Amino acid sequence: MIRSLSSIVFFLALLLTWEFVARSGHYSTVILPSPLNVLEYIWQATCDGTLWVATLVTMKRLLLGYGLGLLFGIPLGLVTARFRLLQDTLGLLALGVQTLPSVCWVPLALLWFGQTEAAMLFVVVMGTLWSVIIATNDGVRAMPPIYLRAARTMGSKGLHTWVKVILPASLPYLVGGMKQGWAFAWRSLMAAEIFVTILTGFGLGQLLQYGRELLAMDQVVAVMAIIVVIGLLADRLLFSPWERFFHKRWGTGSVK
Amino acid sequence: MSIETAITNIAPERIEIDGVTKSFTTNRGTIVALDNVSVKVAEGEFLCLVGPSGCGKSTLLNIIAGLDTPDSGRVLANGESVTGPGRDRMVMFQEHALFPWLDVLGNVMFGLRLKPGLNNKERKEVAKYYLDLVGLSKFLHANIHELSGGMKQRVALARALAPNPRVLLMDEPFAALDALTREQLYGDIQRIWEARRKTILFVTHNVREAACLGDRVLLFSPNPGRIHAEFQVTLPRARDINSVELAHYSTEITAALKGFTNKQGTEVAE
Repeated sequence: MIRSLSSIVFFLALLLTWEFVARSGHYSTVILPSPLNVLEYIWQATCDGTLWVATLVTMKRLLLGYGLGLLFGIPLGLVTARFRLLQDTLGLLALGVQTLPSVCWVPLALLWFGQTEAAMLFVVVMGTLWSVIIATNDGVRAMPPIYLRAARTMGSKGLHTWVKVILPASLPYLVGGMKQGWAFAWRSLMAAEIFVTILTGFGLGQLLQYGRELLAMDQVVAVMAIIVVIGLLADRLLFSPWERFFHKRWGTGSVK
Repeated sequence: MSIETAITNIAPERIEIDGVTKSFTTNRGTIVALDNVSVKVAEGEFLCLVGPSGCGKSTLLNIIAGLDTPDSGRVLANGESVTGPGRDRMVMFQEHALFPWLDVLGNVMFGLRLKPGLNNKERKEVAKYYLDLVGLSKFLHANIHELSGGMKQRVALARALAPNPRVLLMDEPFAALDALTREQLYGDIQRIWEARRKTILFVTHNVREAACLGDRVLLFSPNPGRIHAEFQVTLPRARDINSVELAHYSTEITAALKGFTNKQGTEVAE
């Protein structure tokens, strides 16, 4: 109760200061829109549907790219952890490539795929895939080998061991990796949307870029705020329940 | 298969270890963990293997479990050669090795789910029967981390018993527990051994524990790992770890243990 109160007070103070500075007249509204301007834009853009459409387009791209990243990243991470040859080849590649900021994929994607949805998708998948491979790989390798021995004595082998032992044993790492993958996918999609202008869909990143071109700072700030809110919601809705479950089952720390 | 047949006492198994040799290569050289070791374990016998660390007693247990293969020699379970893990031989490890992603019931169910001939309702009944046997019927849905060390080992015992194996292989299962909990478990394991009629091979480095639990105690000497001496413990059950008669046996075994550790010490000195 006191904690949520302190959060509310903090953000109210922040907004009030912002409003106050914006109203002081020192800065042009083109440079610094007031919170009310921003709210007004959000209200308008929600009513005329611009925001909904942009959010929908962005989420569609995000989920597709993120889904593909997980679909390939998790199995690849599992096998790199279990087979030394793959560890030394694919694992090493993943480790190297995941240090590459995802925006660096944009020029390549543009040249390969042109200004298309495919370019967009490519950037998101590249942003997600490698970090998911690394996280899965680390999770499997952190598993105590005694689990495998115990499972073998009880008659578990092959696919059963993968699905019933290795996968659940590395789940806490996996969800950590999925969370990181989500953050990476989100960042790379925004980079892609800002740099890749295409006509097949107008996403949040494009709305942001468009706002800059129109010198509509209220739009820029509003879209930024919405991107933050979507990120927060994803964390709360997609990942927090899992993490709470792990803390309860595994008895790992963290006071939440 | 009905629940009754699933939990009916099954005949314990005879284990024959026939000239088993196993060595490991480390960066400090080759260690002969087992050097031509032969043992016969009778049906329903409680056999304890004692010795200092590195004498190959855990290696022998792993070979019987089918988790490890010998360099030469073989292990026969009821006359049949052991080639891998099998449901007739279940293992209890020093670390409980319970799965933290499953609750207590889920852990005991793990091996049962791999056992054909039962439906899930029956499996659950069987699991509950064994959890009741180890005194944990009130903790079916507890998470593993919420249990004490002793309770975790009880769950591990229930998990090992649940598929109704004919042999129980126990690798220092009580070594990490406090003395009071251990004493309780000595009573429990003897009670369960008598009720469930299993052949038990029990590895420990605690001489008194071996004398308390075993019908027979094999003393191993390290590098090369060999059986140094054999002791029959003829005390009536249930035995108390603190009894004077037991002390007589453990003193005798300890004396033999000191015999070769001292001798080895002088060998090194020379």
